[in-house]
Amino acid sequence: MNNEVSPKESLLKPLFKNNPVFVQILGVCSALAVTTSLRTAITMALAVIFVTSFSNVGVSLIRKVIPGSIRMIVEMTIIATLVILVDQLIKAFSYDLSKQLSVYVGLIITNCIVMGRAEAFAIKNKPGASLLDGIGNGVGYGLVLVIVAFFRELFGFGKLFGIVVFPTVQNGGWYVPNGLMVTAPAAFFLIGAIIWVVKTFNKDMQDSE
Amino acid sequence: MSNESITKTFVVAALLSIVCAIVVSLSDVSLKGLQRRNQALDKQLNILRAAGLVESDAKVSAEESERLFAKAKTVVVDLATGQIVPDADPDATLADKTNVVPLSKEEDLASIKTRPQRAVVYLFYDDAEKLQSVVLPIVGTGLWSTMRGFLSLNGDLATVCRIVFYEHGETPGLGGEISNPAWTSKWEGKSVYNASGEPVIEVVKGTVDPSSESASNQIDGISGATLTGAGVTQTVQFWLGNSGYGPFLEELRKTNGAASATHDLEDEGKDAQ
Repeated sequence: MNNEVSPKESLLKPLFKNNPVFVQILGVCSALAVTTSLRTAITMALAVIFVTSFSNVGVSLIRKVIPGSIRMIVEMTIIATLVILVDQLIKAFSYDLSKQLSVYVGLIITNCIVMGRAEAFAIKNKPGASLLDGIGNGVGYGLVLVIVAFFRELFGFGKLFGIVVFPTVQNGGWYVPNGLMVTAPAAFFLIGAIIWVVKTFNKDMQDSE
Repeated sequence: MSNESITKTFVVAALLSIVCAIVVSLSDVSLKGLQRRNQALDKQLNILRAAGLVESDAKVSAEESERLFAKAKTVVVDLATGQIVPDADPDATLADKTNVVPLSKEEDLASIKTRPQRAVVYLFYDDAEKLQSVVLPIVGTGLWSTMRGFLSLNGDLATVCRIVFYEHGETPGLGGEISNPAWTSKWEGKSVYNASGEPVIEVVKGTVDPSSESASNQIDGISGATLTGAGVTQTVQFWLGNSGYGPFLEELRKTNGAASATHDLEDEGKDAQ
């Protein structure tokens, strides 16, 4: 990997061209679990942005003293600490959301994006560039989460941000909610559709045959 | 010293562990108070909703919630005898891990295997010291998950005030509708018992036929959630039955009856005129 990445590129590339979810296909599991509503998706996105940015900075700061033999354990410890911190903060300041997100905040630890960026970028780049790379990847992940959540909440519950857009039949309206949208497979289909659309319009991303 | 030496490896590992441990402990100690308060307030709000003092989707400030909850009389009840245990601490009772009784297959209508020996219930009185509602914690098994909630009865101890499910893992949009106020409001005012005093209240499949004799004991089912509905029926019937709060409600009726019997007679007298 080229070590001379411009700051702009490390921030912007993961948003689209090298998006962790729809190009690298990382972090898909959590994208299924927390995208039934926009509020949980955005909270999860912010939590991941926080963790990837600061774990990247942390790993980058001590990159020159980390012994190779315990490199991954060191990265994991930093990530785990940050995830516990985020989980505690959400529980203290946004209890309702923490109930909805339940275990998935804790599971950011296992999100491949975080570990992936520490290994692929932060371990050999300066803290500043690593911070931008962390933010870029977190936002890239968040973007996909928000797009998926938009469709799932709208068609699964007839709502956006908990505000009724289509009144559902259960509440005396006209809209019959799409049961598929509230279950996990819907997120798979939506992410598949996003990848399809993106690759159709962006010839660079197509696999050569 | 090379990065790869054993000493260096140990030093880096130890220092990193200490720094991370300090960060984690500090966050835990400093935020614990807020987190506990959030949990307590959340529970309080669910009890107030069940008591009908707070509307289901209304936002209530912490102060308002605490003010309303201060009116509740929290009591510990021995479920087998139905007697209120005087001087028992509700928090200690809920935390007590030995406070369980296994249920036999025949008794275990709600598929919960054990029930607490002593339960914590909440009594709400109006300004004239008349019983307004009694909030009973209930737990049972739905289609996929354990459903936890509160069932509250009106002061007459024969009709439903509210039902609230605050925790369940039923299918969103189908069984998950048990926490939708549009459905739970259908429970309000329904009679719990039949003529011979058995708890027969039930969620039916489809809609209730208003001309049927037991219509006052029946609640419309949620379409596509027949099994969750059956789970709710069994949960409610179990907790209102003899293995649940049956004996307690019997006791409460006696003490409450003494206070309000005269009221009832006067009311009936008026109806007759």
